[in-house]
Amino acid sequence: MLKYICKRLLLMIPTLLGIIFIVFTVMNLTPGSPGRTILGTTATQEQVDQLNHELGYDRPFLVRFLDYCGDLLQGDMGTSYRTRADFTTELKGRMPTTLKLGIASFVLSSILGISLGILSAVKQYSFADTFCSTTAILFASIPGFFLGMVLIYVFGLQLGWFPTFGGTDFKSYVLPVITLTLSNTVIVQRLTRTTMLEAVRQDYIRTAKAKGCSKSRITWKHALKNAILPVITVMGINAGSVMGGAVICETVFSLPGMGTYILTAIRSKDIPVVMSSTVVLSLIFCVIMILVDVLYAVIDPRIRERVTR
Amino acid sequence: MKHLQREHARRKRDMRREHARETWRLFCKNKAALFGLAILVIFVLVALFADLIVPYENAIAQDASVRLDGPSAAHLFGTDKYGRDVFAQIVHGSRRSLTLGIGTTLLSVVIGGLIGALCGFYGGKLDAIVMRICDIVMCIPALLFALAVVAALGADMINLIIAITIISVPSYIRVIRSVILSIVEQDYIYAARLCGTSNWKIILHHVLPNAMGPIIVQASMNVASMMLTAAGLSFIGMGVQQPTPEWGAMLNEARDSMLDGHLHLLLFPGVAIALSALSLNLVGDGLRDALDPRLKS
Repeated sequence: MLKYICKRLLLMIPTLLGIIFIVFTVMNLTPGSPGRTILGTTATQEQVDQLNHELGYDRPFLVRFLDYCGDLLQGDMGTSYRTRADFTTELKGRMPTTLKLGIASFVLSSILGISLGILSAVKQYSFADTFCSTTAILFASIPGFFLGMVLIYVFGLQLGWFPTFGGTDFKSYVLPVITLTLSNTVIVQRLTRTTMLEAVRQDYIRTAKAKGCSKSRITWKHALKNAILPVITVMGINAGSVMGGAVICETVFSLPGMGTYILTAIRSKDIPVVMSSTVVLSLIFCVIMILVDVLYAVIDPRIRERVTR
Repeated sequence: MKHLQREHARRKRDMRREHARETWRLFCKNKAALFGLAILVIFVLVALFADLIVPYENAIAQDASVRLDGPSAAHLFGTDKYGRDVFAQIVHGSRRSLTLGIGTTLLSVVIGGLIGALCGFYGGKLDAIVMRICDIVMCIPALLFALAVVAALGADMINLIIAITIISVPSYIRVIRSVILSIVEQDYIYAARLCGTSNWKIILHHVLPNAMGPIIVQASMNVASMMLTAAGLSFIGMGVQQPTPEWGAMLNEARDSMLDGHLHLLLFPGVAIALSALSLNLVGDGLRDALDPRLKS
């Protein structure tokens, strides 16, 4: 098992290099230069060239790429073109906001989604199932930014229970977490329902029933263990996409997290910030995906047999 | 020989028609899907005949005398902070939002389908390289990558379509490749090979038609989320630009006005997005159930 994890971690290196190369290329296709973006349209060409030279932007593409990779290897995540602030310092200030948002909504949506999905599958066609499925498809259709704004209007503006924007205290996280949780819960709930319904039709469930297993034991031990695998994959993808979804969610609620940071950086062609943020977020995503695969092996002995061989 | 071929073609056509009729019958049984289809048809009609419903000028003409008015007879859905008619913006915005959802899906299906089919059919080095690239692209947070692409190409409608297509193609390639892999092992493909049919003909006539079901299911489940992603990018200002009417961009405009209590600016575009996404989701679910009866109970 340890060998398998090490192998997966090593395979992450070429993937990350590929990601860095792709995003670096895309960012360098952007028209205009950072010097022009920072100084604005009023600056002369000499001033722009001067600033580009100071930032090292006038060097060839490949040199800058290799230079960036080298710095990264030494743990230097670069400094912002725009604010000249050190990325690592900025990261320490902003990452907690995004992480709190991501972890809270991930935990809540997983618990809610799986339990509601099981409920729907076990009591198929009951009132609870119809209600859950209808609500699910409804919430799958409402974009997070619209939902967030409605929540701000109702609970922030009209009722005054929560702040309408910004802030770092507990209260200012409630509405963003609800927004992110609802859309993710729906995905988990729908998938759990489908996989559970497929699982309870299998022969081994009939065998368990024939043996005289109790209904709850069949649901929790026999069916769920087989139905949970695809759900775990989707939960992993959800956890990764929470990072991307944070861009929109943080914009709606004006939270000072990674999302708003990246958005500003992309707009102002702040290449070091965009690159390092992408590296950090992709790294988190890759690690989550490895965790998902390890969890697969832990839950399913067949897969464990295959990967440890 | 000619006669036999004609007979074979006729029988094949009949079978396809029969299959389509059966799918339609199953689809019609699903009331929610029919409801979704009805809403979708209305949205498509509105988008097609937008100019007949309300002139495009109304959606962009600014009128300082009627700023931020609520719904009234003159302005059905009220006006925004520049005095533009919200109803006209919604009607003309439907063109962009529907094109973004449906256009990107079609584009990704065609591109993903071709690449996936080639990978699945030929395998080997090409397959290994393409799958590796897909793995890498799928590790980048999708929205972030789309943002970077839009920033690189410039924020407008066409580039938004390109960006969203790029982030969705890898998953299509994967799905279609796995479907193709299961098909090329079937006996009728061996039979076609034995007859000396060319590879291209096998892919186009035997492999792709049989892979259509799963492809349609995957695509119809994705249209709504593509539309929502596009609206989201427009919402954060990295998509369709003002003054071109688009629902996501309208919601962005609504943010400040909402805090002053002008709810109509928030509700109309929001409900339009949600309703069209809902109709696409319902139709997608209905198609999935009709095409893949295995999933049904």
